[in-house]
Amino acid sequence: MRLRKLLCGVSALVCVVCMPISSTAQDTTQYIDIRNPFLRKIPLAIPMFKNVNSGAGEAEYSRKAVELMSGSLDFTGYFKILDRSAFLFDPQKGGVSATDINFQNWTVVGAELLITGLFEQSGDTIQMELRLFDTFKSRQVLGKRYAGSVSELRKMVLRFCAEVIYYLTGNKGIFNSRIAFVSTGSGKKEIYTCDFDGANPTRLTYNESISLFPAWADDGQYVAYTSYKAGKPDIFIRNLNTKQETTIAQTGINITPAWVPGKFEMAATLSFSGNQEIYLLTGAGKVIKKLTSNRGSNVSPSWSPDGSKLAFVSDRSGSPQIYILDVATGNESRLTFEGKYNTQPSWSPRGDKIAYTSQVNGFQQIFVIDAGGQSPMQLTRETGGSESASWSPDGSLIVFSTNREGPYRLYVMTAFGTDQRRLLLLNGEQTNPKWSQGVFN
Amino acid sequence: MQKKLWMVVALLLVMPGLLFMVSCQKKVAAQAQPAPAPVAAKPAPAPAPAPAPAVMAAPAFMTERIFFDFDKSALKMESQALLKKKGEWLKATANAKLTIEGNTDERGTAEYNMALGERRAQAAKKFLVDLGIDAKRISTISFGKERPIDPAHNEAAWAKNRNDGFVVSF
Repeated sequence: MRLRKLLCGVSALVCVVCMPISSTAQDTTQYIDIRNPFLRKIPLAIPMFKNVNSGAGEAEYSRKAVELMSGSLDFTGYFKILDRSAFLFDPQKGGVSATDINFQNWTVVGAELLITGLFEQSGDTIQMELRLFDTFKSRQVLGKRYAGSVSELRKMVLRFCAEVIYYLTGNKGIFNSRIAFVSTGSGKKEIYTCDFDGANPTRLTYNESISLFPAWADDGQYVAYTSYKAGKPDIFIRNLNTKQETTIAQTGINITPAWVPGKFEMAATLSFSGNQEIYLLTGAGKVIKKLTSNRGSNVSPSWSPDGSKLAFVSDRSGSPQIYILDVATGNESRLTFEGKYNTQPSWSPRGDKIAYTSQVNGFQQIFVIDAGGQSPMQLTRETGGSESASWSPDGSLIVFSTNREGPYRLYVMTAFGTDQRRLLLLNGEQTNPKWSQGVFN
Repeated sequence: MQKKLWMVVALLLVMPGLLFMVSCQKKVAAQAQPAPAPVAAKPAPAPAPAPAPAVMAAPAFMTERIFFDFDKSALKMESQALLKKKGEWLKATANAKLTIEGNTDERGTAEYNMALGERRAQAAKKFLVDLGIDAKRISTISFGKERPIDPAHNEAAWAKNRNDGFVVSF
């Protein structure tokens, strides 16, 4: 069912044709181990593409494609994108395939990887041949040909970026993912979404109320969130295609939905019983069963990637701390012991780490801790707060909200806290980012 | 809310005698509940006595807030004293209903604060129910950190924002 939906999504893009160019001996060397915290950025050269017709319009699209590719690959944090002005290369004269390339020209400027492009635009159609080379081995490691309409340029470039990342890291990367968040740009807190890199911000709700805590279903077709639009905090499950919503509106609070990985089910905190407990619910909002049994608050569930465990916040010890529930056995164990205010757990899609927010000297800061409870590590230290960590689907990046500039803005950093940068600039304040996990379009 | 207030005002205009029968107010008001809609709908230009009945409807102490310590939902001594006063009035005003709104300061995170706000509202509700007020007359809602009464970022503002607000309706 889910798979079929996914396939439908893919087949809808038939106009973007992609084929491998020349067979390349795929060696299995893994260039990048994304679990390594001391990752050295790989120097990557992306010269301007060679344009076939060399018209002004074509040159402009070609330049856009190069810049998008450089920016998107830079965004991953794996590369040092080399300055094009240092290149001993004229893209219009030089060749784009292995036999035409003088690899010494690239190793001498420090490039270990090289991407070349052959670019053609005629009318509404764009064709690209994109190749990735290992300059020290003097050979092509990846080659793809793309054809599509002008409006699909971004999609085509990001597809190739995904291929590059897949080749180098062995996982599919983040280029299809989106981020949901809360913004006050309209004067009220509404839910928005944007692409992985902050592009295409889109307003999702017009509730004219307080809307919070967005959560993506794995297939990307549903976003659940909490809103006061009916006067109190209820959960709304929005089908993004039909824009229909189902409601969880029990007495009390209905907050912090979290979809079960790979299922049309979610965990959420409801307080209709008088206690704030976490329940397992169907995607339509029906209670399947109660997951926690503890007086006081039980909020902010976050699933382990295999769906067998749940990290959540409870104040049973007298202050908010993070606990792990083993769903099958019902066993609950405390995860965090340092700090008096630990909230907002976010389980890494790789399963090994849990990011969370801890209050340090009056400010919220983001930490990660091993899922077993060892080695809590502080990732943010800036004055002002940093909170609401959410992992990219490959576990390599974390999006969060910080007021280090004054108003709350969305920032991104690597899983190790490096390369902290602003994701996007919008009116108002942006909070509660949530990165989609499934691969979808 | 405003509409209901107008309804009360309109009713009081229809029955001016009520103004002098404070002790019977609850009975009369209770009987008068299903007021004919057209009367209430007329946005009568509020005449002179309007403010007086509004005050009578809910004395100032009924909407006075109670305050909490950081990350706590325990009722302080002065809060308990104020809640007792509110409880007495609720006992004497059987047709009145109460909504308790739990709020937190901006420190801490939104999700946990929404839960904390609800526990603060529930703490006040439980206290009133223990005094003998029917639980059905009291509803609670948490706004977490979403509706600070003082937007400043300092201890004085935070102290104000950790509160339960009270809304009386009839």
